Amino acid sequence: MRWKDSTYTGWGRFHQATGSLARPERADHVQQITADDPAPAIGMRRSYGDACLNHQGRAIDMTRLDRVLEFDAETGMIHVEAGAQIGDLLHSFAPRGWLPPVMPGTGFATIGGGIAMDVHGKNHHGTGSFGQHVTEFTLMTPKGPKVISPDTDEALFKATVGGLGQTGPILSARFPLLKAKGDVMVVTERRVDNWADFIPLLDNSDATYSVGWIDATARGRSLGRGILEEAETGGGLVKAARRAKKIPFNTPGFALSPAIVRMFNASYWRRVPHSGRTSVKPIDDFFFPLDKIHDWNKLYGKRGFHQFQCVVPLEAVDALRTMLVNIANSGLASPLAVLKRMGPGRGGYMSFPMEGYTLAVDFRANRHAEKLVAELESMTCDAKGRIYLAKDGLAASTHIRAMYPEHASWLEQIKKIDPEGSYSTDLIRRLNLRDAT
Amino acid sequence: MSETWIILGATSTIARVFARKVSESGKSVILAGRDLDELERSAADCKSRGAPDAKTVAIDARNIESFEAGLALARATSGTVNAAVFVGSMPPQEEIDENPDLIEGTIADSFTGPAQFLTMLAPLLEDRGSGTIVGVGSVAGDRGRLGNYVYGAAKSGFHTYLSGLRNRLGRSGVHVVTVKPGTVDTAMTWGMDALPFLAQPEKVADDILRAVSKRRNTLYTPMIWWPVMTIIKSIPEAIFKKLKI
Repeated sequence: MRWKDSTYTGWGRFHQATGSLARPERADHVQQITADDPAPAIGMRRSYGDACLNHQGRAIDMTRLDRVLEFDAETGMIHVEAGAQIGDLLHSFAPRGWLPPVMPGTGFATIGGGIAMDVHGKNHHGTGSFGQHVTEFTLMTPKGPKVISPDTDEALFKATVGGLGQTGPILSARFPLLKAKGDVMVVTERRVDNWADFIPLLDNSDATYSVGWIDATARGRSLGRGILEEAETGGGLVKAARRAKKIPFNTPGFALSPAIVRMFNASYWRRVPHSGRTSVKPIDDFFFPLDKIHDWNKLYGKRGFHQFQCVVPLEAVDALRTMLVNIANSGLASPLAVLKRMGPGRGGYMSFPMEGYTLAVDFRANRHAEKLVAELESMTCDAKGRIYLAKDGLAASTHIRAMYPEHASWLEQIKKIDPEGSYSTDLIRRLNLRDAT
Repeated sequence: MSETWIILGATSTIARVFARKVSESGKSVILAGRDLDELERSAADCKSRGAPDAKTVAIDARNIESFEAGLALARATSGTVNAAVFVGSMPPQEEIDENPDLIEGTIADSFTGPAQFLTMLAPLLEDRGSGTIVGVGSVAGDRGRLGNYVYGAAKSGFHTYLSGLRNRLGRSGVHVVTVKPGTVDTAMTWGMDALPFLAQPEKVADDILRAVSKRRNTLYTPMIWWPVMTIIKSIPEAIFKKLKI
């Protein structure tokens, strides 16, 4: 297997790693690598922070192992190699009326990454996390490929789902696709005036898919204003999505200055009429709105950016409001901010979801943003909430322990399957997740 | 009417993407190559994504005896048969300089093997009076260069063969496309440093399909290689022999 010396980053481009990458194209090459000298598996590197980095080490890029190995057109059950991208499955199967059961905000995420992060989508409140739909996966263990299901080895299954890749490379997975009427979304957008209106709207929404965009720069009476999007799948004909655009260069700092972001957000909010509107959209436009701009992470300039994403329990909704006040007062937020109500569904010991409200906000990387994120993280911890490790690049180890009470159960499995720490990554080392305390 | 693509060298990166795309457009495939396990996985992928039928067959470009099984599968289809040939091998030129025995295999993989296969397949397409043949050559075949002139010579031979085949088959309604890719981001080029205009296999496969539907004769992909190679071909030999490109 050939190794390539590479310098690579996560989606946020703040952390950077230098190391060797292999990119096997044949299924048995992963086994050869693991037999010689095991290395963590990475996918499309859509984690924002350092979960997908192994500085001064090696990693296996799984993206070329992306084949569908079996599809049952009666039941929708699919068996697919771990490097397949969720958006690719959507494109291939939605025209025939089948959708991936859970889709994160980017279609570029791989199946392996989706399991390792136990990703959630706009239907989390109803259908739970991605890992909950996986019936079994094939894991590259020291003794060779092994099929793991909740029946054969529940503990290892739960250590792998949301397990940050620490149980070894996932080779393939089996899960049912969801039957849908077609590849069209019927989307209702509502303009929301402020925080006090937003929360009941989220609580009372019974749409299959729902997500809120929030203007994280609005203050005072407008604090928490935004747009609630609710959607259902449907059949019909709409114009196909336009081809993806590319960002050719890093954007200079002033492009995201507070005044410009405030102006952009205000006009984005007013775009939806006061009485709301319902429209029909191509399926990608709803699920992966940002994928239309290929390297949108370059918009934050060459120093990169951070995404802060937390979830707090339902009863801690006021703590989330206080966080939003801090964010709005800081003037550091970018236009990308999302508010959503989550259900309780989670598939593994280290999975992110909990029943409550999740808030995600992007910040251009600088020391003010780092200070603010640290504050928000403490507030999350106090509110008995949780930080999403797929997004994190800054958290403190002690906070993460408090947020993930099943860490010990996870660690027990990791120590068993990888005592040498071969699958360790920059995130694992930064947060000391391989240590018991 | 049903259509089938027989794909030689089907485990190669570009071939895999190509096979997936023709499957998604509802055509059947016959995947030929040496690694049957891999071919089976790819065939499952093609079937899941819409190919009415996906078969596999073990074919080694260096062994003419192995071709018959693939040809038999092609004959057993009804409707239009198309062929795409992606085989080729490129040992580093320094290794060839050390060990001239490697020349034979390189030429078998990149030229004589595919040429033998297509010659044996051609009568079937002529009989049915339809079909397209895609022969994947290389920009390396346009001029003998320091870095890979044995591989280049083999591909150059293949280009000439394809041009003759086009001349012959055009008379019976069969079209031949010569594809000259530049450097593509595949297992072959992984780890090589600083390759110019490195293209993604997706892009190359899309370009090939467009060339097929437009019945182009020769395709440079990505397109930038057409002006680049036009310039490189026009450099007088007296100057070219002193260059390192």
